[in-house]
Amino acid sequence: MLKTLLCGTALLALTAGAAHAQVSNNVIKIGVMNDRSGIYADLAGEGSAIAARLAAEEFGNKVAGTPIEIVVADHQNKADIAANTARQWVDTENVDVVADVPNSAAALAVQGITKEKKRIFLMSGPGSTDLTGKACSPYGFHWTYDNYAMAAGTARALVEQGKKSWYFITADYAFGHSLEDETTKMVKQLDGKVAGSVRHPLGTSDFSSFLLQAQASKADVIGLANAGGDATNAVKQAAEFGITQSGQSLAGLLLFISDVHALGLQAAQGLMLTTGFYWDMDDQTRDWTKKFEAKAGRKPTMVQAGVYSAVRHYLKAVEAVGSDDPDKVAAKMRELPVNDMFAKNGKIAANGRMFHDMYLAQVKTTAESKAPWDYYKIVKTIPAEQAYLDPAKSGCSLVK
Amino acid sequence: MFELLGVPPQVLFGQLLLGLINGSFYALLSLGLAVIFGMLNVINFAHGALYMIGAFVAWFLLNKLGLGYWWALLLAPATVGLVGVIVEKTLLSRLYKLDHLYGLLLTFGLALIFEGAFRHQFGVSGQPYPIPDALKGGQNLGFMFLPNYRGWVVAASIVVCFGTWFAIERTRLGAYLRAATENPVLVQAFGINVPVMITLTYGFGVALAGLAGVLAAPIYQVSPLMGSNLIIVVFAVVVIGGMGSILGAIVTGLGLGLLEGLTKVFYPEASNIVVFVVMAIVLLIKPAGLFGRER
Repeated sequence: MLKTLLCGTALLALTAGAAHAQVSNNVIKIGVMNDRSGIYADLAGEGSAIAARLAAEEFGNKVAGTPIEIVVADHQNKADIAANTARQWVDTENVDVVADVPNSAAALAVQGITKEKKRIFLMSGPGSTDLTGKACSPYGFHWTYDNYAMAAGTARALVEQGKKSWYFITADYAFGHSLEDETTKMVKQLDGKVAGSVRHPLGTSDFSSFLLQAQASKADVIGLANAGGDATNAVKQAAEFGITQSGQSLAGLLLFISDVHALGLQAAQGLMLTTGFYWDMDDQTRDWTKKFEAKAGRKPTMVQAGVYSAVRHYLKAVEAVGSDDPDKVAAKMRELPVNDMFAKNGKIAANGRMFHDMYLAQVKTTAESKAPWDYYKIVKTIPAEQAYLDPAKSGCSLVK
Repeated sequence: MFELLGVPPQVLFGQLLLGLINGSFYALLSLGLAVIFGMLNVINFAHGALYMIGAFVAWFLLNKLGLGYWWALLLAPATVGLVGVIVEKTLLSRLYKLDHLYGLLLTFGLALIFEGAFRHQFGVSGQPYPIPDALKGGQNLGFMFLPNYRGWVVAASIVVCFGTWFAIERTRLGAYLRAATENPVLVQAFGINVPVMITLTYGFGVALAGLAGVLAAPIYQVSPLMGSNLIIVVFAVVVIGGMGSILGAIVTGLGLGLLEGLTKVFYPEASNIVVFVVMAIVLLIKPAGLFGRER
């Protein structure tokens, strides 16, 4: 009797194993890690988790016969917390994919771990080009935007309007430095010049003194190499100090629609910005936005839309390979084109950069905006090859 | 044109003026903390959250009830003061017999609850609040462009600060208050209702935070995080000035604002730690703070 029972159990275990032989731990676990309570919580936060869940739902929460599970964590914008969470996820909780991770310092830390432990890393929130440059990884995919694309879009547009001298107000950490750097390169390449820069700590509430220094420089453009609450405070206070009225232009080098919403059109109107996604582009984006808004109560940012697109692409690759083996899936992801509401014919380069068209947008004036969240005029589409850095020049060791 | 360490003088004057503006916020907030600590011996960690609530009340009045800035200037501190009175009556008053730490823990917990609730409701990016029409525009001072609103903030907070100092240090009511903190039993024996006086003091202290919130609303984003961004610096100001010293809080608040302004010119990366460096030095040399006395 006991013998039969044991045999039966063994047999059962064997068949159960055979059915999902290709997927480790019988679950595809996707960890969405971002800032859930600090200054980047509105542009990523729970909205990114909702976006990932929407992607999983499209597959019926199952891929290759295996259930998909989404877990979330708050890295509080601290690289050490991000690294510890990633380590714990991979070592003890069998997380297959880490997604989002805004804040370049945190993303660089996670990239190191996912590279070492061979886990897929889908970056939507961070901007640093190092992630597909000297810190690139065969398992790291940089999806939504990067600092080069921001510089290429906004800086090129302004310099071509004849605004050649620049002054930077820069957030003093990896992301800000990288954004300033990329923009400086672009400005100089187009025969512009940089009059100077000032660096402020992350999470500064009063920008008046930095703005005054920028004003004194008499540069044509004041470039804000910061994001989130830092960028909105700076824009708001620039209006207060009459900077735009006195003829200097303000360029938000990384502004999200959540920032524009927080500023209100009164303060934000006329700003030029580069974005990877806008909810009101076509029927596909509007349909998806409807689903997103039903759960999140607000329109998606490009970061959140990017999380959806990246997770969806990953799941497609898993489906095609029939396994969650990171090497095979990563190869498949590079092979398949990205076609969804976020990107048309997106392609992933050897360095992990997802090439897709970017958009140069201008914030509508209060008169032009017809409804809540009706914020952007798309001025032009920047083709992917122009928007992103040539992988051969990225300094990534994976590019031959 | 002469330059000081590579910085033209007009830039320097501009920065000093801006420092004064930030300093007046520090002064207003640390004043409330100092009043509360001086009179109640409570370290009010909820101060930043109440400052944030003050700003949100102003936003709410404008967007939901259509009441503008000047009404907010009156109603927001009153609302925040009322919240303070309720908190004191129902919660804080039970803790006076215990160690200071319990008051600190309670108010810290309240701060987290307030902030969490607002964050849940409004998100972290915050809400815009326009500058009132009467204070739009600015003056060209030659060395800098001074927005009218910032000028108003400095004037208003200096008046409020010195008004408070005068009321506590130079009037009969203030004398009762100071006496009640020294020896509540004796003062009560003279027929003065000490518990009510203490409740009102707490209400007044947090109303100052609410007022600072309204003053800040048009300058910063009205966001749930605005209080926690500021409160740590304000605590440092109170510690440097001397816990419970009214004049200390005012003078140190303005002084540190100036110092921070200078740091932003010469070494901007350090602008968020300079206050704490000063705090460490002051604590080493004069542990009771610049204006405090040893107890």
